Amino acid sequence: MSVPITEKQSAVFMKGIVKRFPGVVANQGIDFQILRGEIHSLLGENGAGKTTLMNLLSGVYRPDAGEIFVNGQKVNFYSPRDALELGIGMIHQHFQLVTNFTVAENIVLGMFGPGKLNMLTIEKKVDELSSLYGLAIDSRARIWELSVGEQQRVEILRMLYRNVDVLIMDEPTAVLAPQEIEKLFEVMRRIKAEGRSVVFITHKLEEVLAISDYITVLRRGKVMSTVRPEKIREKDGVVSRELARMMVGREVILDVGKESRKTDQPLLRVENLSVRGDRGELAVKDVSFSVNVGEISAILGVAGNGQRELVEALVGLRPKDSGRILLENDDLTAVLDRVAYIPEDRTGRGSVADLPLLENLALTVRDQFTRGPLIHWKNVEKKARQLIAQYNIAAPSLTMKARQLSGGNLQKLILAREFSQNPLLLIAEQPTRGLDIGATQEIWHAILRQREQGGILLVSGDLKEVLSLADNILVIFRGQIMEIISCKDDKGLEEIGPLMAGVERKR
Amino acid sequence: MRITLKKRLRPLNWGRYLLIPAAIVLALLVGALLFLWVGVNPVRAYLEILKGAFGSFYNFSEVLVRATPLILCGLSVGLAGKMLIWNIGAEGQLVVGGIAGAGIALFFSAYIPGPLIIPVMLAAGFLGGACWGLIPGFLKARFQVNEIITSLMLNYVAILWLEHLYFGPWRDPAGRGFPGTAMLPDMAWFPRFWGTRVHLGLLMGFGAAVVIWFVLAYTRWGYEIRVIGTNLQAAQYARIEITRNILLVMTISGGLAGLAGICETAGIHYRLQQGLAVGSGYVGIVVAWLGKLRPGAIVLISILLGSLMVGGDQIQISLHVPSAISLVLQGAILFCVLGGQIFKDYELQVQGGKH
Repeated sequence: MSVPITEKQSAVFMKGIVKRFPGVVANQGIDFQILRGEIHSLLGENGAGKTTLMNLLSGVYRPDAGEIFVNGQKVNFYSPRDALELGIGMIHQHFQLVTNFTVAENIVLGMFGPGKLNMLTIEKKVDELSSLYGLAIDSRARIWELSVGEQQRVEILRMLYRNVDVLIMDEPTAVLAPQEIEKLFEVMRRIKAEGRSVVFITHKLEEVLAISDYITVLRRGKVMSTVRPEKIREKDGVVSRELARMMVGREVILDVGKESRKTDQPLLRVENLSVRGDRGELAVKDVSFSVNVGEISAILGVAGNGQRELVEALVGLRPKDSGRILLENDDLTAVLDRVAYIPEDRTGRGSVADLPLLENLALTVRDQFTRGPLIHWKNVEKKARQLIAQYNIAAPSLTMKARQLSGGNLQKLILAREFSQNPLLLIAEQPTRGLDIGATQEIWHAILRQREQGGILLVSGDLKEVLSLADNILVIFRGQIMEIISCKDDKGLEEIGPLMAGVERKR
Repeated sequence: MRITLKKRLRPLNWGRYLLIPAAIVLALLVGALLFLWVGVNPVRAYLEILKGAFGSFYNFSEVLVRATPLILCGLSVGLAGKMLIWNIGAEGQLVVGGIAGAGIALFFSAYIPGPLIIPVMLAAGFLGGACWGLIPGFLKARFQVNEIITSLMLNYVAILWLEHLYFGPWRDPAGRGFPGTAMLPDMAWFPRFWGTRVHLGLLMGFGAAVVIWFVLAYTRWGYEIRVIGTNLQAAQYARIEITRNILLVMTISGGLAGLAGICETAGIHYRLQQGLAVGSGYVGIVVAWLGKLRPGAIVLISILLGSLMVGGDQIQISLHVPSAISLVLQGAILFCVLGGQIFKDYELQVQGGKH
């Protein structure tokens, strides 16, 4: 994709951006342009590289290759401060506020100035800004007294106080209630009206269509498309379908030698399950489905539609609100040792980055190696060597830390560990997110082999993965299963895009 | 010209092995300035410190005496630290351990067969400290109360309680106004070795270090608390009991500090008196983190700090400088070593001109 650089309009131009993390290429040659006075949405699944790209622009990371131009000048950022000096500010998903400080203190935090701060003047200026932009807030309140939505206003005011030209917001709506989202959009429009630019990172389609001037869709570290919403705004539903397709991809299904092993014997039964999210809202609403022995069922949806809460309830990490979960007629909580879980967050939950591989291989299966009070590390080592050979894990030694392993190898290690407990039910959450094609294939094959042990529930936002592996697809939207579609049902498969965007199927 | 810290693009390789020696050298240079300021030749001062600490067998035995409570308190703080619990309360746990053990010796020795007295005192010391550690542990596990504050505040409670006892109900009636309890009975005195003041407590310290090292490296429980301390989310994922382990770790952590308390009481003072709460619990925090929570390193650092203390006493006598200078040196070492860690991830960049 090439975008002509129009010197006058372009606030930021990023060219050929490459950023690698161990084992993952987060950005693979991305071109991205932000014009003055536009709201530009960055749309994509979790792990598509949106946040990485913006962290590069705001000076949190440095690109491995590629150039960044601000107002036509090539720039080199070493820290967020450098980016701020050129008018580029980012509001991260996790707010960076000092909870014991007041709003005004947080807003001027980190700004250089001679001598003593005159808090009265600062508070006055903050009050002016907040009334100007409709960001109602008491500049003397302390952060811990504020709601999440109010804290976000503080972050926005902090950027406005620094007079940024480009405001990057990383999933700002994820923490907001619907009315608050509308208010946020008003603020964004006001900022835009002043000729400043806003980059809006999200994976929610309807929000993108409501607010953006331009939409850039990222997928697996590459730009899939940059479009104006009007261009694709034709009929109801069609736009969302198009965008959903771009996000999840529509490549031909890789032939991984899948033939159904589905039996009639039910394994997992979920009946009228409701689960509450972190803020007490119903994240999963009255969901029912089942997985048979030998079957792979996939829960497909755009991230943030209740998948996380559903999985956490299934593996006993989150209490259920109502409903039943049965594994072979037993309540699942009583037989959790027959369930293996491959979490989406490999480094944050699935492994302990600062412990050696050997100890990571014992994490969930330490019972097998326990003799009295001791862990028989010699046996762990034996098993580890066997698994490393069997799963083709490139690990030079067992004493190296998990953080030193590439993403693909770490995932294979987690997979090997979880499979080694011969689970009846495997729950795999985004198992190939961010991995290269080689590792992806190996993991897919391993998951397919696992069908001989029992049933599999795959949770994914990647259509290609789901089509390659699953027997059934359960499309989830806002905590509800929209429809269950068999992978053999070609007609049904065409409807997946709109279903993911919440458009009901026409009968 | 402007000097700024820039994040290293690639991590330090061999350089990081030089960081700690370089930090100690820097701290000694800071100390040298201090000696110059008080009008003492720094080279002579350092030689005197060395002589004081290692000049004779007896001097070195005093180093070990000083190191004993530091080892136990360092292990106490270090074990909790492995689970990312900040036990600032070792000082109070030490005091309560001393009270419990001394209480046994003072009031129950008549009812306990002679050879059992010392083991019972050790157990009481451990339990006393354990109870004191369990209070912040319970508050943290049950109500998510910050253990830094509760464990710290309990130090003052314990110290005041100790003072109340030896000024009040436990005061030696024959002590002619001297604040302290009566002497413990002879059979409650911990054995000393080689004609020095080195006592049973040192063996307890070494023993505890070996046991903790073994537990952390080879037992399932040790493994679980290391997982909790490095990645709480992964620990929950692996179904490790968090609440129970907080209680357990704080119990043992408190118990170790309690052992330090009874060992000081029955190994050095032979009574409860002023001088039990001299800050070993706080120095234990320094020891634990300088030793990066590793039991072996905790023992070595304790001996290093012990030698600074004994050396400090020596220069007070021979050079007539305040022994508090050794405290300043201790602080300087801590500051430089911990502060120096920043160069693992950052480098200095000097920008010339008018940028």
